[in-house]
Amino acid sequence: MDRSGSPLGRLSNRGLLLVALAPVTFLTVFFVYPIASILWRGATSDIGSLLESFGKPTFVRVVWFTLWQAAASTALTVVIALPTCHLLALHRFRGRAALRAATTVPFVLPTVVVGGAFTALFDRLGLDGGVFRVHHTIWAVLLAHVFFNVAVVVRTVGSFWEGMGVGPEEQARSLGASPWQALRWVTLPRLGPALASAASIVFLFCLTSFGVILILGGPTMATLETEVWRHAVWRGDLPSATALAVVQLVAVVAAVTVTNRLQRQLVVPGRQQAGRLPKPARHLLAANLAGVGLLIGLPVAVLLERSLSTHGGYSFRNYSALADRVDLLPVSSLVALSNSLLFAVLATGMAVVVGGLASVVVVHGRHWTSRLLDLGMTLPLGASAVTLGFGMLIALDEPPLDFRSSRWLVPVAHALVGVPFVIRILVPTLRSVDARLREAAAVLGASPTSVRMEVDLPIAWRGLLVGAGFAFAVSIGEFGATSFLPRSPDRLTAPLALFRLLGTPGEALRGQAMALAVVLMGLTACAVLAIERVRGPIRGSL
Amino acid sequence: MSGLHVEGVGVSYGELAVLEDLDLVVQRSEVVVLLGPSGSGKTTLLRVVAGLRRPDSGRIRWGGEDLTDIAVHRRGVGLVFQDNALFPHRDVEDNVAFGLRVAGVPVGSRIRQVAEMLRLVGLDGFAARSVDTLSGGEAQRVALARALAPGPRLLLLDEPFGSLDRVLRDRLVGEVGDLLRSLGQTALHVTHDRDEAFAIADRIAVLGKGRIQRIGTPAEVWAEPGTVYVARCLGHVNLVELDSRGRCPLGHLAEGAGTVLVHGDRVVIGPSGDDGGPVGTVVESVFRGETTLVRVRVGDLVIGVPSTAEVGVGSEVAVVLKPGAVVPLD
Repeated sequence: MDRSGSPLGRLSNRGLLLVALAPVTFLTVFFVYPIASILWRGATSDIGSLLESFGKPTFVRVVWFTLWQAAASTALTVVIALPTCHLLALHRFRGRAALRAATTVPFVLPTVVVGGAFTALFDRLGLDGGVFRVHHTIWAVLLAHVFFNVAVVVRTVGSFWEGMGVGPEEQARSLGASPWQALRWVTLPRLGPALASAASIVFLFCLTSFGVILILGGPTMATLETEVWRHAVWRGDLPSATALAVVQLVAVVAAVTVTNRLQRQLVVPGRQQAGRLPKPARHLLAANLAGVGLLIGLPVAVLLERSLSTHGGYSFRNYSALADRVDLLPVSSLVALSNSLLFAVLATGMAVVVGGLASVVVVHGRHWTSRLLDLGMTLPLGASAVTLGFGMLIALDEPPLDFRSSRWLVPVAHALVGVPFVIRILVPTLRSVDARLREAAAVLGASPTSVRMEVDLPIAWRGLLVGAGFAFAVSIGEFGATSFLPRSPDRLTAPLALFRLLGTPGEALRGQAMALAVVLMGLTACAVLAIERVRGPIRGSL
Repeated sequence: MSGLHVEGVGVSYGELAVLEDLDLVVQRSEVVVLLGPSGSGKTTLLRVVAGLRRPDSGRIRWGGEDLTDIAVHRRGVGLVFQDNALFPHRDVEDNVAFGLRVAGVPVGSRIRQVAEMLRLVGLDGFAARSVDTLSGGEAQRVALARALAPGPRLLLLDEPFGSLDRVLRDRLVGEVGDLLRSLGQTALHVTHDRDEAFAIADRIAVLGKGRIQRIGTPAEVWAEPGTVYVARCLGHVNLVELDSRGRCPLGHLAEGAGTVLVHGDRVVIGPSGDDGGPVGTVVESVFRGETTLVRVRVGDLVIGVPSTAEVGVGSEVAVVLKPGAVVPLD
């Protein structure tokens, strides 16, 4: 019995254990065991000779490329996002909310949709061949990575910048520093922790980038992620895939460790009210809006345009064709969409239950076990989807854990990716419930159970819905893990169908791919809009 | 035998003992103010009485009933926090009705009682307001109404006016004192503010070193604090050290060494004569509204004397101690 603490808001150890049972089992069977399988197989086979047979130069080339494309993407993203951060953090102008929203949109789009959008863009601009070819080059990949991750930098650095205010900059200026000098000597050093944190997250995302590289990089571009997939799924060479997956795991764990450390050190300063500049310089604002508009608006706009463009002008024929069977796919795109919706609903349900229970344990647990669960449950967020899918592929194929033919395998994989979102949203919400509110309720005569129902639940409810929205959006667009899982025809998901359609030349299929991408984008947008709606304050009633 | 009885309560955080063998009685319909500097354990004692913290030793009783092992929600106490802790997801009416609702009071009488409570605290017509539209004073009134609504036998107030500005605070203290007395409400009120304690208390209990150092009516504790610590807590300024023969520049005040309290309001200053009494120089004159605090230097001693007349800084004055001006302290 913890005697120093308040007797409220605590579950008994036995109750806690009971609540923890489901999430721990789920995590162990579907995450820890598959990852352990990869490591076990790696350890029991001779990795050195495997890499040798794989071809040492090839291997070095793949690792090197994986790292430098991630580094280049990160640098480019930070540089491109900084002016937007500056505008959003320090200035008030018309269209500010729209600009903020616009930069956030790409982050929630499925990778295959972004792949589709950039394919459409290169197609339209004639950049998919010839001298000015961008499609299937590193430039396409860099562009898409920037497109995706601008949101990360804007969120992290922007809010930090907004909080820290401009006092020292104004000091520097009054002491004779030029705007440029103030930026270099005062602002950038002050932003340091936020920049480092944002960069490490972007780097991690680009390190584990899969769909973008597969679609926009083309068949010859090879990173660790794509090579694990090619060896495992195409060639059926599991030993080589295992060796690559182990290397990838090590790289990801290193990146996650650095990211976590940087994030822990990041203390977001309290919001400064004073010293906000009224209106930004006109040319800076115009250039920035145009840049962001081009980068983010253009691919999406062209995607919409291409989805409507058919032989005899604009029509919805691409959309109606979604119901038709094509030889390339075992089922029509429409069936794939309905599969995706069903899986998303199942995955969301599982993620909410598992994530909800895990959050309760994390918030109410009082020793290392709950911290371990917290860490364990958010690990799938850091681990790459490819590692996850590959682990499940090699681990869950024998009784009693033979899930190869199970309808639940895909939803389970999606739920695993969705759970960290639920926890990340729910835990802070639960923690934000002021202990004093619980005490006030208890003093007024509410029993521990009714404190939970009357105080915690109304406040946490919103968080649970928001988490569910994220889990749904993640599942609808999930590509990396799904691409490894056994694909019986009736379980084809929409992102997989889209990937296959995009990979095949031909006007008609391209049109259908664009239409499918737009529908996927619409579904994700619905989830995100629902999240934004629910996030607003809700009122309880008697 | 009715009322609150705190018996031999001890609480420690790790090595640090916050309360040690503390005894305190609050009679029915009495308002006791717990006065002490921050860190003296006032809030801890309040939490122990409320049942939010188990004491490491000792008992809490109400009349003959032992409350020590009764869970917080069954104790029938009301508690008002300094930061009000209103439920942000409920409106004013829902907040005030909360205790009645968990007690199973039917909707009809619930609504009537809430309206009555809101009227009592001067918030008629606030029922449907969202709690985040309330000013600090209004929020504190709602918190009070919420705590009073279920009719607690004991009301606990934890520095409820601490976050309000001086003027609002003085007004609310007066109103709340009147309200508690008109309801015959038993209350234990925690504060570090002497004026607040004087305004609201039937008795003041001064807390220090984990125990109640002195308890009595405001007039009693003010007149005879008993110890240097209590005198300081009450804001007494004229604490005078005596030499081994009991002397100081004001004269022979006691039989031996020690500290005495000189009540400034029993000291008279006037034009200096030649009767051989102590003479001092005015070093400062602080305007305080109704009175002026005059600081007089006598030898190496400075004492404060409230005066109704202006006295020029630098002027020489005779200092006369009236009977009862000197109180010995431990």
